[in-house]
Amino acid sequence: MKTGSRIAIAAAMVLLLTAYFLPLWEITLSAPQYPEGLSMDIWLNGITGNVLQINGLNHYIGMQHIDPQNFAEFKIAPYVFGLLILIGSVASVKGSRKLLIGLLALMIVFAAAGFIDFYLWEYNYGHNLDPHAAIKVEGMYYQPPLVGYKQLLNFLAGSFPATGGMLIGLAGIITAATLYIEIRNGKRNEKERNDRAAGTLDHRLQSKA
Amino acid sequence: MKRITQTTLLLAGLGAIAIASGCKAGKTGQAATDEDAAKKVYVAPGKHDELYMFASGGFSGQIAAYGIPSGRLLKVIPVFSQNPENGYGYSEETKPMLNTSHGFVPWDDTHHPEFSKTNGEDDGRWLFINGNNTPRIARLNLATFKTEEILELPNVAGNHASPFCTENTEYIVGNTRFSVPLDGDKDVSIGDFKKKFKGAATFIKVDKNTGRMNIAFQLIVPGFNYDLAHAGKGPSHDWIFFTCYNTEQANTLLEVNASQRDKDFIMAVNWKKAEELVTQGKGRKAPAKYAHNLYNERTHSATSAMENDVTMLDVKDYPGLIYYIPCPKSPHGVDVEPNGEYFVASGKLAAVIPVFSFKKMLGAIDQKQFEGDFDGIPVLKYNTVLEGEVQKPGLGPLHTEFDGKGYAYTSMFVSSEIVKWKVDTREIIDRIPTYYSIGHLSVPGGDSRHPYGKYVIALNKITKDRYLPTGPELTQSAQLIDITGNKMKLLLDFPTIGEPHYAQTIPAEKIEKNSVKFFKLEENDNPYAAKSEKEARVVRKGNRVDVYMTAIRSHLAPDNIEGINQGDDVYVHVTNLEQDWDVPHGFAIKGSNNSELLIMPGETATLKWTPDRTGIFPFYCTDFCSALHQEMSGYFRVSPKGLNVPLTFHLGENLAAR
Repeated sequence: MKTGSRIAIAAAMVLLLTAYFLPLWEITLSAPQYPEGLSMDIWLNGITGNVLQINGLNHYIGMQHIDPQNFAEFKIAPYVFGLLILIGSVASVKGSRKLLIGLLALMIVFAAAGFIDFYLWEYNYGHNLDPHAAIKVEGMYYQPPLVGYKQLLNFLAGSFPATGGMLIGLAGIITAATLYIEIRNGKRNEKERNDRAAGTLDHRLQSKA
Repeated sequence: MKRITQTTLLLAGLGAIAIASGCKAGKTGQAATDEDAAKKVYVAPGKHDELYMFASGGFSGQIAAYGIPSGRLLKVIPVFSQNPENGYGYSEETKPMLNTSHGFVPWDDTHHPEFSKTNGEDDGRWLFINGNNTPRIARLNLATFKTEEILELPNVAGNHASPFCTENTEYIVGNTRFSVPLDGDKDVSIGDFKKKFKGAATFIKVDKNTGRMNIAFQLIVPGFNYDLAHAGKGPSHDWIFFTCYNTEQANTLLEVNASQRDKDFIMAVNWKKAEELVTQGKGRKAPAKYAHNLYNERTHSATSAMENDVTMLDVKDYPGLIYYIPCPKSPHGVDVEPNGEYFVASGKLAAVIPVFSFKKMLGAIDQKQFEGDFDGIPVLKYNTVLEGEVQKPGLGPLHTEFDGKGYAYTSMFVSSEIVKWKVDTREIIDRIPTYYSIGHLSVPGGDSRHPYGKYVIALNKITKDRYLPTGPELTQSAQLIDITGNKMKLLLDFPTIGEPHYAQTIPAEKIEKNSVKFFKLEENDNPYAAKSEKEARVVRKGNRVDVYMTAIRSHLAPDNIEGINQGDDVYVHVTNLEQDWDVPHGFAIKGSNNSELLIMPGETATLKWTPDRTGIFPFYCTDFCSALHQEMSGYFRVSPKGLNVPLTFHLGENLAAR
């Protein structure tokens, strides 16, 4: 790998590292009587924000209590990120394209798994309601959007990446772009080698003429 | 042609009648309001006011907070009076706040709100107010808008000259409006007034960090009526000025007998010197009995302690501590201008407003320019202290505040107007009528080093025809007047609670940023708190039953309680488990002879209930908290004593199926 690529991968790993210090995803709720808004920040290892207030409101519609303790994800995720950072760092130090391919593949797998998990989690919370709930609206489910906004009774729910999530996304793009450049450069180098070989021949031919 | 002439004559006649009725003697002219008045006081829905005004509730015993310039009432803060609206003074936690050496006194007469000050500026931390009747001073926390401390003053009756503070809130003061014998004298003839009746200028130390008040010392002064006070600032930092009327020392028909002398006194007190004397161990400890009540924000409970003594300094024994300045007649307010050099006294029966110079006062003291003494206390010569007089200001001057631009505004009770005059030349600039009979007035920051200015608010005693009638008992009022120009302009006139004797006004940003949204449940140290539904329970100990109840949208836990006996003392401790902004819960029991409660998120409050009959007693939340507020209720079963119904409590097990 070129030095530039190695630096880019190192930078991407630094961005991944921020996942330990910044929230990854944010779910927001706003309603007429909540002008100040409510929000929940999802971190690598837990949830912060107005969880208590949101749980308080959710009990009317029979939603389960959101308790970060109940999520195995928050126990696994820090190790997953640790693994990614380790692989990326070794790839950067050694300049190994194979490891880089491995890193990107893992990133894609984990991202896909993460989003599927998040969707299922939202589906479960939104659909799996207490049949004795005080407020029951025929045909109404409270699954928040995966990304974007959705009106749920009096609340407008929003779901968007938070700073940490955006930085991780950027790390993914850098990784993919680096790999793309590396592969393209690799091909170009091969072509150049071939061309050079052919060029030498031409030159000889020309000089002869 | 004839018809035209007739019409003209008719019109002319009507015009004459109109002019004649307009000129009817004694008819008060309506002061024109400013053309842009509506725009200047309109605060659009959802927008906040520029200032807070805290006005005393007078005989209501409370304080009210208003938004300025809109005049909207934001909150009534209970101070000295019970308030069934939220259970203040009824709940077990707040009852001790109203304890005094006379026992439980659940009312008072509030007069003068005073912001705590730092470097002579309102700092927005605390608000002090006096209870005039049973002499007390209260301290409110402006982050929670709750009364946090009440201190009774011994040896004082009618704590009117109170609670004015020094430049850095080192001290706040109190003094007697009705001189009385000192508390140690058990039985004295009223005829012994001159000999036995005394004033007690009380200096209360305020802790810089906590705001806690403690009486540092009392200066025993002659038996006059001490009316108002103001501390110096800047050069006059070490001094405080009190007005004295009834220097005649009359004890009957004061209306006449206390209005005989042409001049009464301003009492100038060197508090710094008094402080030094006390530090040196001077003065004597005298026995005294007075209550000191403190509210703790973490236990959400008040405690009341009885203090046993007070340090006294008899001013006769310490020359140089106080001086009298003669002041025309029966002075009411004494006010110090922002630079601390001039002080203005308003003799309510005087024809002039004297402006005294602090520098000249020090000079007169230095050169012993005394015209005599009163009870051994030097009386300075009027002219040696006087800077000048405001001539023909109007009738019945009471109080003066300043705008920081060199102008003073004096309220005139009798001529019902505010007079604007220039401090350095004492020339009258403008006057504006008030509706009617103004008492105090309030310029935002008007008694501080750096007034905010912009408005003066008239605090009026009489409203008569100003609003829709409400029978014989009418509201009192405040009037907002624009003082940004040379001419004062009336903007708004709004009703107030009780009697707004005095008000202080402060830029909203000094208070807003500190405002608490709710109490943290994990910081709730009330011994009777139930911090989760798991902790909700009912415990009997003899005749006492403690109900540890929780409230959260939309249920109370437990909500079915049986095994209470008629005549039991039931203490219902309700903890509001909410941790969100603006979600209080109420609590009320059918037939309770006590009150209801209003419990803020994270707070615990206790209602004592002694059921006087058997039966089923519903209880419920009184604050519409949520969509299922109406469902937020439960039942007590009260059984005859001796039936031994077991004590049980439930939540969520539907017994109806039984």
